[in-house]
Amino acid sequence: MERVIQLEKVNKWYDDFHVLKDIDLNVQKGQKIVVCGPSGSGKSTMIRCINRLEAHQKGQIVVHGTELTNDLKNIDMIRKNVGMVFQQFNLFPHLSVIDNISLAPIWVKKMPKKEAEDIAMSYLEKVKIPEQAQKFPGQLSGGQQQRVAIARSLAMNPDIMLFDEPTSALDPEMIKEVLDVMIQLAEEGMTMLVVTHEMGFAKTVADQMIFMDEGKIVEQATPDEFFNNPKSDRTKLFLSQILNH
Amino acid sequence: MTAFSNQSLMRNKYYSWIIKNLFSSWVNSLMTVVAIIFIYEVGTFFLNWAIFGADFRTNFRGELITDRTLCSKNISPGEFGACWAIIYARWDQFMYGFYPIEQVWRVNFVYVLLPLAIIGILFDKLPFRKYFIYFTFIYPFLAYFMLYGGPGLSVVGTNKWGGLLVTLFLGVTGIGLAFPLSIVLALGRRSKMPIVKSLCVVFIEFIRGVPLITLLFTANVMLPLFLPDGVNPDNLLRALVAVTLFQSAYMAEAIRGGLQAIPRGQIEAAQSLGLNYWQTTRKIILPQALKIAIPPIVNTCIGLFKDTSLVLIIGLFDLLGIGRAALADMTWTKLYYEVYVFISLVFFIFCFGMSRYSLYLEKKLKTDNS
Ligand SMILES: Nc1ncnc2c1ncn2[C@@H]1O[C@H](COP(=O)(O)OP(=O)(O)OP(=O)(O)O)[C@@H](O)[C@H]1O
Ligand SMILES: [Mg+2]
Repeated sequence: MERVIQLEKVNKWYDDFHVLKDIDLNVQKGQKIVVCGPSGSGKSTMIRCINRLEAHQKGQIVVHGTELTNDLKNIDMIRKNVGMVFQQFNLFPHLSVIDNISLAPIWVKKMPKKEAEDIAMSYLEKVKIPEQAQKFPGQLSGGQQQRVAIARSLAMNPDIMLFDEPTSALDPEMIKEVLDVMIQLAEEGMTMLVVTHEMGFAKTVADQMIFMDEGKIVEQATPDEFFNNPKSDRTKLFLSQILNH
Repeated sequence: MTAFSNQSLMRNKYYSWIIKNLFSSWVNSLMTVVAIIFIYEVGTFFLNWAIFGADFRTNFRGELITDRTLCSKNISPGEFGACWAIIYARWDQFMYGFYPIEQVWRVNFVYVLLPLAIIGILFDKLPFRKYFIYFTFIYPFLAYFMLYGGPGLSVVGTNKWGGLLVTLFLGVTGIGLAFPLSIVLALGRRSKMPIVKSLCVVFIEFIRGVPLITLLFTANVMLPLFLPDGVNPDNLLRALVAVTLFQSAYMAEAIRGGLQAIPRGQIEAAQSLGLNYWQTTRKIILPQALKIAIPPIVNTCIGLFKDTSLVLIIGLFDLLGIGRAALADMTWTKLYYEVYVFISLVFFIFCFGMSRYSLYLEKKLKTDNS
């Protein structure tokens, strides 16, 4: 199996606050990894280090054989291959849906406008809202916005997708439409690293579960082991809280 | 429902508004009455002075007024109305300064095209906006050629420019040049590069900490020292440099406000898609930030437009300078009120226009975002 993401003894501080402590993580091509853990445990920080939205201070992060350093060329290369979906969607409100999606192909990949728009449309069809192409983000529901955000990321044809709590800002009735798109993506073989508390989703798609607490990876296991036979007490506590609520 | 009851409903609404807002308590009622009397008195006095009892070109005897002694108020003690003849007599100077009268069509040409050059920037839904914007970029060169002259047109030195021409030239060109400079300054101020950042901070804070009048003096005296021998920019250009730097610092702060209002997530989304700094800035941040910043930018423009009148202290004849020159002329001296009211009116028209535009934008922004 090809190793696409590799974190080795990664440490990060915000001033003197130690957010990530000796994080080790390996992701194989096509693997789906679900990360969970209490608020403030460093989940977002960890996945944001992978596309360098945050810089780590110690340890090594290698994506597709390229090490993340201050070298802008490496960062650019990695960002082109790694897509990210945010909790708050972060669509560009001044651009129409189709322009949101075709922007990066046009400017980063230097694709002709027509071709980029065709690609944008095909991804809009994939997330099942082609009829919204000419609207602006403000005119869409949360679920639709998040699906546009996924299409926007996919349009760059990444081979790794990072999701940071993609459904936590959504009303309950819209969560499913977004998760369905993600499940479809998983079935197509995308490498995915997903921070989420949707345990149903985790059971369906995850190859590996990761539980983080206080900046450390406390437990890593297959979903089967993780849910039925968790090792650490903290995982047990967390699971009992999250599954009962 | 009949039309009548609808009407009385309307009237009822009217009354209740008046009661609620103007006569809600006895203090409020008293203030309302005092205010009405005050507005009435001042209003009628002003209208009598400025219009009903005023001389325009002729006095109450029907004679053409050619100097101040022929103004009605200087003939009969019972007359007190304004004597607008001074404005008529000096009209060309107010509009063009000392521009050769047979060449004045060139200035008019530039004046007439000015709205066409600006309209494309002001209204984003204008039909054929693209072509208006093209014209906006051509206009400065066209205007310069028409005003200053060149192949085919006689040269009219800027020392001959004056009045509204100088006021508009400084205001419009100053704002136009300051705009790109202010974007650079605002971005520089948020830069992570310490040298760029501190240069911008020092520049902005220095300019904001100094009165325009000082900058004008400084530019007037110091600019020639910085330039090679023989290059001797004229007074108008020196003033333009001062005005541009001044305006750019204030505009930069307005734009910085807009930049700060853009959520961090916008930049992160752009970065995660692989856009570099300049692409992110140009495609994502600036379009949003400038939209937010337009109302405060327009406010700084209003301030600058009025402040251009300070150039009179370095010997330029803007509207105010021409007015003072007219008053210094023995044939027209002492008609202060007429001259200053007229100048105020001209400034008011432009500034009020800008102010209304800013309000229109604020309303539009609110509806756009909802
Ligand atoms: N820019 C920052 N400066 C200082 N501290 C930060 C910053 N960003 C995050 N932190 C802190 O780092 C810790 C980890 O944050 P992180 O966002 O990674 O947590 P999380 O596990 O994603 O939590 P949540 O479930 O609430 O999203 C938190 O305690 C947070 O307060
Ligand atoms: Mg988080």
